[in-house]
Amino acid sequence: MAWKTIDRISPAVDADAEPVLSKAVKAKIRSFFDRYETKRAALLPALHVVQDASGSISWQAMVEIAELLEIHPSDVIDTISFYTHFWTRPKGRKVITVCRSLTCEVMGGVAVLEELKRQLGIDEHETTPDGKYSLVTEECLAGCDHGPCLLVNEKLHKRVGPQDVARILADADNDRIAFERSDLFDAPRDKVVTGAAAQEDGAHRSTSKDQEKRRAD
Amino acid sequence: MGSFKPVLLRNRGVENSRSLKVYESRGGYRAVRKALKMTPDEVVAEVKKANLRGRGGAGFPAGVKWGFLPKDRTTTLLCVNADESEPPTFSNRVLMENDPHQLLEGTIITGYATQAQIAYIYMRVEFHEQFHILQKAIDEAYAAGYLGKKILGSDYSLECYLHRGAGAYVCGEETGLIESLEGKRGWPRIKPPFPAVEGAFRRPTVVNNVETLSCVPHIIERGADWFTGIGPPHSTGPKLFCISGPVNKPGCYEAAMDITVGELIERDDMGGGMLPGRRVKAIFPGGVSMGVLTADELDMKMDFVDPGNHGLLGLGTAAAVVVDQDTDMRMVLRNVARFFGTESCGQCTQCREGTAWMYGIATRMEEGAGRIEDLDILLETARNMGMMPGLSICGLPDGATYPIETIVRKFRSELEEAIRAQAPGRVEAVLSAVN
Repeated sequence: MAWKTIDRISPAVDADAEPVLSKAVKAKIRSFFDRYETKRAALLPALHVVQDASGSISWQAMVEIAELLEIHPSDVIDTISFYTHFWTRPKGRKVITVCRSLTCEVMGGVAVLEELKRQLGIDEHETTPDGKYSLVTEECLAGCDHGPCLLVNEKLHKRVGPQDVARILADADNDRIAFERSDLFDAPRDKVVTGAAAQEDGAHRSTSKDQEKRRAD
Repeated sequence: MGSFKPVLLRNRGVENSRSLKVYESRGGYRAVRKALKMTPDEVVAEVKKANLRGRGGAGFPAGVKWGFLPKDRTTTLLCVNADESEPPTFSNRVLMENDPHQLLEGTIITGYATQAQIAYIYMRVEFHEQFHILQKAIDEAYAAGYLGKKILGSDYSLECYLHRGAGAYVCGEETGLIESLEGKRGWPRIKPPFPAVEGAFRRPTVVNNVETLSCVPHIIERGADWFTGIGPPHSTGPKLFCISGPVNKPGCYEAAMDITVGELIERDDMGGGMLPGRRVKAIFPGGVSMGVLTADELDMKMDFVDPGNHGLLGLGTAAAVVVDQDTDMRMVLRNVARFFGTESCGQCTQCREGTAWMYGIATRMEEGAGRIEDLDILLETARNMGMMPGLSICGLPDGATYPIETIVRKFRSELEEAIRAQAPGRVEAVLSAVN
């Protein structure tokens, strides 16, 4: 997606927000600097790390990323708004991405999307009221040999029919791959900051409660 | 036929084929040792001689591309294009899943040939499992001395970094990829200057596809003559073909470029024929952007030349999707038009507006409110958008128009019949609502 505006990737401005990036997240972002000739080139990695830490990239996070990379916040927004992967509004804990490429559609992918919308009670780009799932579509997941397919966070579900939707949604591990993973683009996990520690650190890890609260506001 | 032995996929199905140990035990990383004993120019010359044409879609000879680097350069960058996002292509995914070290070996040899200091592997973000597989392979390669400072005791050093994209088709275009790597919108650049002269961070940059680079170790190890001995003279070397849709065995298969589209569907060691009760109505043989064939054109050769004889843009990614007899071509038209409508980057007016209008018209047709003259409008839009070379910054509008143009031209009677069968008054009702 390139030039059309989707609500979930347009920023909600909050000029009075508290700092949101923890020291550990900032250090993680800095660790990408020596890979590139410019600091700006660390922007996509930074956005991945921040989205992994907070679920989405808030206005305040953009300002802090800009400061860190020595660019203007508008540069950050300019980049974010180009890419479908990023969220500037809170998203569900699990994002379901349904492939809608030609192969998946020929093989019956539309029925899967419709069934998901029905069972979750939400439309595309929306999040369930309990903050568990968000639903989006993507043009091609390069899984055409087992279409129709969909992603739940990191896990690719293959040859999905409408009859499989309930089973997939009921599976608590539907988003995990049993696998040796690299944490290169993940937020630092060694120090999970919550409650008082978070305030002390200036960190803010978005929890489902936060998301619910924000939605209510 | 039948004498072809898999080269790129030779390790697929071997237990633990992703690990360095298994890759080495099956002859891996021998080509790097051989290449490091050659001069960089000798490596380039060998790949030129092999006529290794780019596997990413455009088919530009890799060795020639490397030859465009300025002689007096001080810094060189290599970008590995793993942003595979052309529907219905997944051959790069299969390569990285099964044999990540083969890609790394090709990257190291290409890095040496071009004297690159850094290799960035730009991978689409939807590849999660593949990202973890490749990062692990990179870690293994560093630990074994294949990457990093003074590779295998030579004077050559190469850093290799994985860079994840964020969901944009146009970042597979080489200058879009470079812009994205620099942390910007993936807007393709006006060329010239080409990346070989001024690419990422304004440095001379080589951008090659995963499959192209995976061919390189084999060319170095077995020689250009071995490579040119596979397939017809204009389309040399082993090639991966994808087949998906209602066939018995959708998947990625390797062959010389002497097979036909029909063989890709029917052969037992490939697609295995159509699913019971399904017949071929149409097939996009090279990714959707290359255009469509009818069921009467299944004798088309999957090489770099024959697609042109069938009104297609080219071989593309050699990934075929079959459309069966029960699928409405209006749906196909709308699906393809939507893809390019959403993925146009919006820089060039004719692409941004043209793809959006074509999507709008195709949607209206699918909803049963098409007009015969809409077909001519689609053809005219296609002609004005991309088929005139040099009109646009990148090739996306060309890719957007070929499927529309070939669907309308080759399936016109079906589309006209569907329009004539529409409920009366529907067109007027929809159009008056728009106006």
